[in-house]
Amino acid sequence: MTATTTVATRPGAGLAPSAVAVALRTIRKFVRTPQLIVVGTIQGALFLLIFRYVFGGSIGVGGLPYVDFLVPGFVTTTILFAGTGAAAGVAEDVEHGFFDRLRSLPIPRLSVMAGRSLADTALLGFTLAVTTAIGFAVGFRVHTDLAASLAAFGLCVVYGFAFEWMFITMGLVARNAQAAQGLSMIVFPLTFVSSAYVPVATMPSWMRPFAENQPITVMVDAVRCLTQGSRVEALLPHHTAYYVGMSLLWTVALIAAFAPVAIARFSHR
Amino acid sequence: MEHIVEARGLTKSYGTVRALAGLDLVARRGRVAAVLGPNGAGKTTFVRAVATLVQPDGGSLRVAGFDVVRQPAHVRRVIGLAGQSAAVEDAMTGRENLEMVGRLFGLDRAAARAATTAVLDQLQLGADADRLVRTYSGGMRRRLDLGASLVGSPRLLLLDEPTTGLDPRSRIELWDAIRAMVAGGTDVLLTTQYLEEADQLAADIVIIDQGRVIAEGTPSELKSRAGRDVIEVHARDRAALPLVAEALRGLGGEPRVEIATRRVAITVDTGTDRLMDAVRALDSRGIDIEDIALRRPTLDEVFLTLTGKPVDTAEPQDRRRHPAA
Repeated sequence: MTATTTVATRPGAGLAPSAVAVALRTIRKFVRTPQLIVVGTIQGALFLLIFRYVFGGSIGVGGLPYVDFLVPGFVTTTILFAGTGAAAGVAEDVEHGFFDRLRSLPIPRLSVMAGRSLADTALLGFTLAVTTAIGFAVGFRVHTDLAASLAAFGLCVVYGFAFEWMFITMGLVARNAQAAQGLSMIVFPLTFVSSAYVPVATMPSWMRPFAENQPITVMVDAVRCLTQGSRVEALLPHHTAYYVGMSLLWTVALIAAFAPVAIARFSHR
Repeated sequence: MEHIVEARGLTKSYGTVRALAGLDLVARRGRVAAVLGPNGAGKTTFVRAVATLVQPDGGSLRVAGFDVVRQPAHVRRVIGLAGQSAAVEDAMTGRENLEMVGRLFGLDRAAARAATTAVLDQLQLGADADRLVRTYSGGMRRRLDLGASLVGSPRLLLLDEPTTGLDPRSRIELWDAIRAMVAGGTDVLLTTQYLEEADQLAADIVIIDQGRVIAEGTPSELKSRAGRDVIEVHARDRAALPLVAEALRGLGGEPRVEIATRRVAITVDTGTDRLMDAVRALDSRGIDIEDIALRRPTLDEVFLTLTGKPVDTAEPQDRRRHPAA
């Protein structure tokens, strides 16, 4: 008897409100931890400056200035470096019992993962905007139109959402922030062995098959084509549509591979 | 339904470690139950099973009449969990933390706000409600965490070692907060390593070890079996230890001699009277001592008395962090 009345008074929140509550918390944490924003921004800016002015001079990409080649790659790979922070954040939530509390509440378990991934993607949008602005400041220019550039930026956000599920999974598996940082080392081969900073053609032949076919390369090439148009297409074996299509396929594949794992892992008893 | 928690033959293993080895435990409605045991006894695993975070391997476990395996969603509507680490968000204020949890319990904005204010006042955090939690002391964080489990007015509150790591003053404040909740009609199941804590808070104590119940009863029942107090004599030199043991024999339980620390301890029923007897016995034998003290028995001593064997400290710790937990 008592149980039924108790149940009636505590129905628990639905999917959307609980996802919003979880997302709001992640965003508040970011906004109220200025060192996260300042350190992240400075770090990104420094690396961009190093590539642009230190390495850039000796990297020939043919047909276009290195800064126009670099910035699309740099902005796209920002997704991965920001994602390592998300993995650490998720691992911390496991470590400090926050996820235990959420899992003991009468809410859909999907909502926690949905809230987290959406919030992290929104924060990523901010980081991408800052990085892009710095890119323009050091001389990057769009050689297509506004619509294509906005599409490029939108694609980056979509890639970020897809990779977010990989980072959430890593955080859940690692279960503490340090282990999560260790697992995050995977971002180095993904970013550097790609077309992000140098043309893939300059890499040794054994490395090229990976470099040419891994998701970051097609994502970077899609963003590069959308912002540089024919100048970049001339250097690549395929057209813009191919890279955009392939990168979207990768996006779907990443979500299909990692979202179920993350949700199962979170819900596992 | 008379029992808020009812475990029958509950088992759970992590690899080769048997965290729960056929646990039978019943917590009655309207009373505070304490699960007392050393590290690795299975306390945390049990609480996590009750909280639907861990799926038992075998046996049955019902919470407020609902089966935790088949009706976890129902169980979650009844419980509030405060785990071992204060699961509150540093970058939010105390009020924001509680309002968030209130919303997750399904309260609308106004109801969450009202419940938050009530809980903050109850836990005497009202004055600090709008400060970021990162400025809170350890004791305040624990109280806020307790508040987070309370804000949805659960029928059953689960507290896993609520005062571990707190200084004595914060511990007493937390005890007061828990007592206030109990007075408000919430059933409580708590785990602790401290006999004193169980004694302070609980109407029923269940002592578990290696995933099994080894003793249960009210605090006074257990104390009358285990001895209410301990007289401990610190001898000035090692050679006097047998003489001290001899002098104390007959005042209570069998004297236990610890050579390394030059101490002899016995459990007694009426502490102060027996302390006088002990002083007289030592004095009449002309034994020189460093000091003599009357204290509460430790969990180790209760164990020893009830089970005849010491706490096995070599046992691995509870697996507190199960996958995705």
